[in-house]
Amino acid sequence: METKVKEEKSFQKTMRYVTTHWQLYVIFLLPALLLTLIFKYIPMGGILIAFQDYNPIRGLLGSRWVGFKYFERFLSSPDFMKYLVNTLKLSVYGLLWGFPVPILLALLLNRIQSTGIKQKIQTILYLPNFISVIVLCGLVRILLSVTGPINLMLDTQINFMTMPEAFRPIYIISGIWQGAGWASIMYTAALSGASKELREAAIMDGANIFQQIKVVEWPAIKDMVVIQFILQAGNIMSIGFEKAYALQTDLNLNSAEIIATYVYKKGLLDGDYSFSTAVGLFNTVINVILLVIVNKITAKMNDGKGL
Amino acid sequence: MKVKFRNLSVADKTLLLVGYVLLGLFVVAIVVPIIYIVVASFMDPVVLQNSGITFDFDKWTTTAYERVLSNAQIWVGFKNAILYSVLFTFISVFITLLAAYPMSRKDFVGRGFFNIIFVITMFFGGGLIPTYLLISNLGLLDSMWAVILPGAFSVWNMIIVRTYYQGIPDELREAAEVDGADEITYFFKILLPVCVPVITVIALWQFVGMWNSYFDAMIYLNDAAKQPLQLVLRSILIQNQPESGMISDMQSTAARAQLAELLKYATIIVSSLPLLIMYPFFQKYFDSGIMVGSVKG
Repeated sequence: METKVKEEKSFQKTMRYVTTHWQLYVIFLLPALLLTLIFKYIPMGGILIAFQDYNPIRGLLGSRWVGFKYFERFLSSPDFMKYLVNTLKLSVYGLLWGFPVPILLALLLNRIQSTGIKQKIQTILYLPNFISVIVLCGLVRILLSVTGPINLMLDTQINFMTMPEAFRPIYIISGIWQGAGWASIMYTAALSGASKELREAAIMDGANIFQQIKVVEWPAIKDMVVIQFILQAGNIMSIGFEKAYALQTDLNLNSAEIIATYVYKKGLLDGDYSFSTAVGLFNTVINVILLVIVNKITAKMNDGKGL
Repeated sequence: MKVKFRNLSVADKTLLLVGYVLLGLFVVAIVVPIIYIVVASFMDPVVLQNSGITFDFDKWTTTAYERVLSNAQIWVGFKNAILYSVLFTFISVFITLLAAYPMSRKDFVGRGFFNIIFVITMFFGGGLIPTYLLISNLGLLDSMWAVILPGAFSVWNMIIVRTYYQGIPDELREAAEVDGADEITYFFKILLPVCVPVITVIALWQFVGMWNSYFDAMIYLNDAAKQPLQLVLRSILIQNQPESGMISDMQSTAARAQLAELLKYATIIVSSLPLLIMYPFFQKYFDSGIMVGSVKG
């Protein structure tokens, strides 16, 4: 009895809140909610076509259900396994090589005592971030072309863009070139919060640079490093389409074809909707699982603090 | 406290020197390719191909720029890129600012529920084909709204703005309520004016993001008249297909190929210049913005 009365009261309270604060729902929240429901949740329902022989004319309701047929098909296909490995290698190597660079840049920038020089260097380091993916890949192709400056300098005629073994180094190095400076900003910002007294005390005690970093700088950026690592490690399966696609040539696909580009080609170029959706779903699910695992591991290492 | 370099131990000196050399190399690695492209874009294509770049200013020519700038498709690309980026930025920032307000209020009933609805979309989505089919069913193929609307609400940015709102003292709202201001008056007249830093930052992120992307435009916009700059660039830089009329007057295949190469340099400069010119003006906002962005959601 009593709980029922309580429930009634809290329901009335809620209704009163909603009616007096209707603007918060209708004017402030509704636009975002509608966009989310339409462009995010309806496509989630569309995932069902992965379990159908989807036919655009018959639509979702009229198409035949086939269970896990398409999942079985791609999981048993050697091509798919190759692309899965390509995706993993590209992002894991990218993470291992790329992750420490912004941290190092920030630590070095932090040691520059002249603010003028520091700012000039930062301006240059951030610059490549504003170049588009297409221009970056165009630039890479020009620099590495058979008649381009790199070959002219080495006095060789190597066609890097057609070599499968060159794709990953090109992708990762150009990624560091473009993004490391920009990614260093947040570490720089975190370092500016490092305690000055602590640093002075450490220097007075005769701490060398490594010891100073250990007691002064590292504590200031540790949380940021952990969060960034979780985010990036959790996203290793969602490596972007745009750059990989713009660096692909007919001859380097052996290592350059990743799941994102494969889903696009299978789905939109070949019109194999169900198959492509199944591959995409598989990718998303793996990604979510990875994110959960990485978060758990980091939480354990970081005294229970995950994301 | 400034530490004099010569007072450091030998090990520390070596360490710092190695570090600065690496930093210097990184800076050089960024600057050299950019200088190369600028210089090469003014050169004679034949000389460039045979002997690389020279700083022989007498022989510089602006042919490549004339050809690129007189090409209609480049201008169509610019016009569309500006249109899409500006519209996208306005719509997206406005919707994000609005949504972040109730989500920032502790008394907002349903906050937890809506939060779950939004956050799920950061990790899980329908993927390419279901989204494409939706756009197609809505009749948005070949419409600019296909490029603008699906990404217009960014949960990530909402979280950042929400955190920023929460840093603003509640007394401000209580005072406004006492003065008889309703939510809308408070939001536009009092709250937004003190949030200019975070608004600038997310606006710049959205603008740069839209300006530089090509995937959505590639899959949704087939009509050449609707293509944004990045797609035009893609055919010139990646697919090696200069826009018709750019090189068709050249007689031999070799001359055409050389000119096509040269046009790439000028195209890169022309297309990247607007953002690179804007960048120093906005740098101070980016610096403050990172502090905004680094607040944990």
